[in-house]
Amino acid sequence: MPDSGYAACSVTNRVQWFKKSARHVLGLHRRRHSKASRNPCSLAEAQLAKRFLCALTLVSMSILALFSPTPAVAQESPYIVTYDHYLEEPGSLEVEYFSTFGTQRGGNDFVAPWIEFEYGVTAWWTTEVYLDGQATFNDSTLFTGYRWENRFRPLQDEHFINPIIYIEYEQISEADKIIKEVEGHDVESDHGDPNAALRQNHNHELEFKILLSKTFKGWNVAVNPLATKNFSPSNPWEFGYAIGASHPLALKASPTRCNFCRENFIAGVEMYGGLGHTQSFGLHDTSHYLAPVAAWNLPSGWTFRLSPGFGLNDNSHRLLLRWGVSREFSGFGEMVSHLFGGHR
Amino acid sequence: MKTNHPRIRSASVAILTLAALFAVDVSSVLAQTDNSPSAKAYAALTKVPEKARGRRNPLESDTDAVAAGGKLFEQHCAECHGLKAEGTKRAPSLLKPEVQQAPPGTIFWILTNGVVRHGMPVWSKLPEPQRWQIVAFLKSFRASNVSQSSTVPR
Repeated sequence: MPDSGYAACSVTNRVQWFKKSARHVLGLHRRRHSKASRNPCSLAEAQLAKRFLCALTLVSMSILALFSPTPAVAQESPYIVTYDHYLEEPGSLEVEYFSTFGTQRGGNDFVAPWIEFEYGVTAWWTTEVYLDGQATFNDSTLFTGYRWENRFRPLQDEHFINPIIYIEYEQISEADKIIKEVEGHDVESDHGDPNAALRQNHNHELEFKILLSKTFKGWNVAVNPLATKNFSPSNPWEFGYAIGASHPLALKASPTRCNFCRENFIAGVEMYGGLGHTQSFGLHDTSHYLAPVAAWNLPSGWTFRLSPGFGLNDNSHRLLLRWGVSREFSGFGEMVSHLFGGHR
Repeated sequence: MKTNHPRIRSASVAILTLAALFAVDVSSVLAQTDNSPSAKAYAALTKVPEKARGRRNPLESDTDAVAAGGKLFEQHCAECHGLKAEGTKRAPSLLKPEVQQAPPGTIFWILTNGVVRHGMPVWSKLPEPQRWQIVAFLKSFRASNVSQSSTVPR
């Protein structure tokens, strides 16, 4: 049964909200949205926005499932923040839905979902688009921006350590709370202000990472130093890190197809945090997290991930509970090529 | 015999031109065949280091290895190489002698390192025993071919 907030929100208001959201998505909004927190529809808006993001993911996956030749079984890593050196298979598209629940001292807790569309252009280049959103309890729900990420493999063969070059362009507002990476002096209090105030500032950033990773005897160890530069000339370079280690529960595959075989599960741990910026490099006034991670790769092509992250100091959120579901579609490139008259 | 008739002369010029074009076309097709992705992928087999080539499959005597490898092949490899490893437009056949006669260590090395520049991704994300299971599966094609040919009456 819908709550009173939802019931109080008329169809007209909902339509207006969708128009507002669309304007925001297109970057056309210019007005202050300080009324957001007083809006009687905020709860209903939050529900609608969450449904909208979920629906978008489901529709994307359904369309792809309908037209995709085969779902591919991915051996996905369990990391949510850290990257290993494995790229998407060429021609495959992976659609991922993630969500972060975060506790907030001096403010309201939040849920920040995001969708990823990851495509393997070649065996040495993967490109990915992110759409970010967030809903803060007792506040509002908003689309917070997008990211375009590219990963390049410069070396052909496997080496003792395998580097991947990572370049990402971000256009996100300060209300973004997915915390996909921690950089500079990012701290919990950054997220404490009301959304109406946070969403005023937009960041245009370039982010660079070197993804160093090695797999040995089933263990994957990955280290990702990162540097971010806001396009605003006054902003310094910011630094951060993510490290992770993971291992499948079984190294040998069982001879039969199964959902609950031990080899389908991968467990590990990751740690990430900020390292200050060019003018104040170091650990002071930075936040850090330690997060056990687990992934379940199903033979049907679905992957589920779960990761409770714990703040390691007073500048960190106490808990960042993350989960995600993804599905890989092989032959997506070919499918698109056929749509545009490509040869079979 | 000289043919001074203008029609005959122009017809022979046209035939010669067509023949030349056909020759160029055929040679370009042949050249294309030599540089096809399959040829390049097979060529990668010859570049495997000697030490890697000499590795033996530790799961050779594992009775489940072929079945497990078949499952893994279907899950990770069949989308490009075809369900029966017969090859597709995206990746070459693994039933060809270049692959079937290659030592297990060579196939394992290619699986681990990929042929990245020609579209074959790195598969070291699969644990080592799983890669050896796939090698066992691929080698089972050759074993079954040999046993089939030995049972054919002469």
